[in-house]
Amino acid sequence: MNAVEIEALLDEPACGHNKKGKSGCAKSKPGATQGGCSFDGAQIALLPIADVTHIVHGPIGCAGSSWDARGTRSSGPTLFRLGMTTDLSDTDVIMGRGEKRLFHAIKQAIDQYRPAAVFVYNTCVTAMQGDDLSAVAKAASSRWGVPVVPIDCAGFYGSKSLGNRIAGDALLKHVIGTREPEPVPEAAWRPGVAVHQVNLIGEYNIVGEFWRVAPLFDELGLRILCTLSGDARFREVQSMHRAQANMVVCSKAMLNVARTLRDRYQTPFFEGSFYGVADTSRALRDFATLLGDEGLTRRTEALIAREEAVAQAALAAWRPRLAGKRALIFSGGVKSWSVVSALQDLGMTVVATGTEKSTEEDKARIRELMGPDVEMLDDNDQSVVVGACAEHRADILIAGGRYLYPALKSRIPFLDINHERDFGYAGYSGMVELARQLAATLGSPVWEQVRRPPPWAQARPATLAA
Amino acid sequence: MNPPKLAAKALAVNPLKVSQPMGASLAFMGLGRTLPLEHGAQGCTAFSKVFFTRHFREPIPLQTTAMDHVVAIIGADQNIVEALHTVAQAHAPAIIGLVSTGLAEMQGADIVRSIAQFRAVHPEHAAMAVVPVATPDTLGNLESGFALAVEAIIDGLLPKSACAGRRPRQVNVLASAMLTPGDLEAIVEWIEAFELAPLVLPNLGDSLDGHLGTDGYSAITDGGITRAQIASMGESAATLVIGPSLSKAAEVLTARTGVPARLFDSLLGLERCDAFTLALSELSGRAVPARLERQRAQLLDAMVDCHFPLSTARVGVAGDPDLVAALTHFVTTLGAEAPVVVASAKAASTKVEGLIVGDLQDFEREAERRQVDVLIANSHAAEAALRLGRPLLRAGFPLYDQAGGHTRAWVGYRGTRQAVFDLTNLLSGSRREPAPYRSIFWQGTPRADEAFSPR
Repeated sequence: MNAVEIEALLDEPACGHNKKGKSGCAKSKPGATQGGCSFDGAQIALLPIADVTHIVHGPIGCAGSSWDARGTRSSGPTLFRLGMTTDLSDTDVIMGRGEKRLFHAIKQAIDQYRPAAVFVYNTCVTAMQGDDLSAVAKAASSRWGVPVVPIDCAGFYGSKSLGNRIAGDALLKHVIGTREPEPVPEAAWRPGVAVHQVNLIGEYNIVGEFWRVAPLFDELGLRILCTLSGDARFREVQSMHRAQANMVVCSKAMLNVARTLRDRYQTPFFEGSFYGVADTSRALRDFATLLGDEGLTRRTEALIAREEAVAQAALAAWRPRLAGKRALIFSGGVKSWSVVSALQDLGMTVVATGTEKSTEEDKARIRELMGPDVEMLDDNDQSVVVGACAEHRADILIAGGRYLYPALKSRIPFLDINHERDFGYAGYSGMVELARQLAATLGSPVWEQVRRPPPWAQARPATLAA
Repeated sequence: MNPPKLAAKALAVNPLKVSQPMGASLAFMGLGRTLPLEHGAQGCTAFSKVFFTRHFREPIPLQTTAMDHVVAIIGADQNIVEALHTVAQAHAPAIIGLVSTGLAEMQGADIVRSIAQFRAVHPEHAAMAVVPVATPDTLGNLESGFALAVEAIIDGLLPKSACAGRRPRQVNVLASAMLTPGDLEAIVEWIEAFELAPLVLPNLGDSLDGHLGTDGYSAITDGGITRAQIASMGESAATLVIGPSLSKAAEVLTARTGVPARLFDSLLGLERCDAFTLALSELSGRAVPARLERQRAQLLDAMVDCHFPLSTARVGVAGDPDLVAALTHFVTTLGAEAPVVVASAKAASTKVEGLIVGDLQDFEREAERRQVDVLIANSHAAEAALRLGRPLLRAGFPLYDQAGGHTRAWVGYRGTRQAVFDLTNLLSGSRREPAPYRSIFWQGTPRADEAFSPR
């Protein structure tokens, strides 16, 4: 990928980051940078496609430490869980054997596992030495009759967000539009229920959380052609162009896919989230609005009324345990405000929120929810975030995995809302799970025990959050 | 607090309880050069021997008076005299623990009188101590039999004295049946870290710790607290009593010697470890060693790291009263719930809300009904765990389907940390995740034929 192509991907017209303020695609500062590279971003975006074998082309550094680390779930094939890399050696690099090795690696993957497709990921060393991934993929594909998709995502191209976009771009170039969807099955037609075809972009089915929401789509007659990429199949990605509406879920990362589908196929899209009762309802309403089906709107409202009543009843048990608790949220983008409203709905106070990856639009929504004087944290350094917890007397920090142990070391309760987490919080029932987990960690008796000095210590310096 | 609930049923299914004589015999196995002698039919002893052999993976010193159908009717006093003489001649033990069984007690045997008879007939064995203990298996359980034996040992081998504190660095430890040999080793190290010299009664950590000695096989105990050491317990600075079942034995010891006793319900869990450490610091006049402070800090870290799964966990606990009380307290300090706690017998000292006195059938049924995530019980619960599809953390008696169960140290900061890790690991497999959902729109498509493979 050359500099012009990278520039083009960085310029995403549909992205709020393009307009103003800090962007997830901004240049990283040497010596003060956290977060993954483009390879990481591309792999994360595509890995959940379950019937594909994912080959990382490069030395062991890239795949060795990153395979088998994601909590995404498949309802069927588990090919995606196999870690595969060409594991290039010194000699491979010096002798220029990278392409040849990749070619044989693709053959081995096809022979041994019969995948629906093979995805090959470029990395720093192979990009540097100029391996022609596209040519190898093309040759391998025509030789063995299995689609081989090159993802040119060397780490040095940029950040993880850029990698997400590269992933989307690769699908747009090589996969989407290469197959028509299966006809709607006869048995799925119900009287009075029109079937509409939709895509979800940027939904990863972490710990199976989307399975909490999927039945609602079936009920409403919304046929999900493809979820990009949680529990997805290659053939579904191929048919994404036939959707009538797209939802970009919880992340700007693959906005380029939604925007391009709109430009190419006139498919409208909206950005939304399944975190929290209000957002889940809003997402379902937005689909009904985009699809312009009055019957669907009516059924959607009825479903929302029913599901919200069930969720509120279940949440009632947790409210007293959460009311008045102070939370600090540090998460990128949409979650910075979607989780805010979810927590406020539980009676919690959000004392500050991170806006590292938030757009101006996100920030406006935060102000709307939390008042004009809300503190927005831009600095993603662990000490700064932990310090802010103390400053704001936060009872809990809600953030991604890399803040977990810094928070715990500072004796601050923590809840993981990023993709490494152990629990799914999507949808109405996911909100109840979130409340349960919040109450569990906040109410855990270990905090009191670990903050108390041992009985033989007369005076000990108070810990940060004590 | 509600009184413990007794399962109302005629039939005990999958018993949790082990008999009193077995507990008494076990206590004697923690004494040096000792042989427990069970006064009853030979089967009691044979079963006990197999039971403890499987648990400890050690030869078990145990003999029987072998009552038969004739002496069962006409009186078996002579069996005791003969057995004591035979054992004395064959093995020359320093101590014999004379443990009565249900048959002997039903018969009305007076084992104290029989010992007097033995003394009269066999003055040549005067140097050998014989400690009688009445432990019918119609009452109590292993833990209570063990406690009765400890009481009898103090009564029989510790003379009345008024020299408490003559040995200012010496402390007594009365160790309940819930403590493993591994626990006792850890307790000894803990006490020695404060430059105190512990005398552990009984000291299974020195006899049944599983050591391959230079002397080969021995029919009597190889290790344990010696008779002379027991006799010197009256000169100690203090007695540390671990396990509520030994509170009565502690009273006897204090009444007899004036050595003050401190009671500890258990040494599992941060707070209880802290209480013990503080007591040792006060007794010794020494600061808490840096090594212990570090172990404490390591435990804190583990508690914090592991609190996520533990704070929503539901734990089922079954065993003898001291142990279930200790484990229940421990898991609740981690934020877990213990909705099912089953004890093998009633114990006045055990205060656990919702305690059921019952068997492993009660345990299994309640565990299913109350939806527990993980079980803590002895090896007999393994099949129940399998049927319930829940993991089992093994604790108590017997542990026969794993190696080294008896060497595990549960006590102390390190033992507690390991228990925190083990519970967390067992819970990781039982995390609740949404079941895969299959869309109605997949009918007739390739996705309809896919098989689900978990994870």
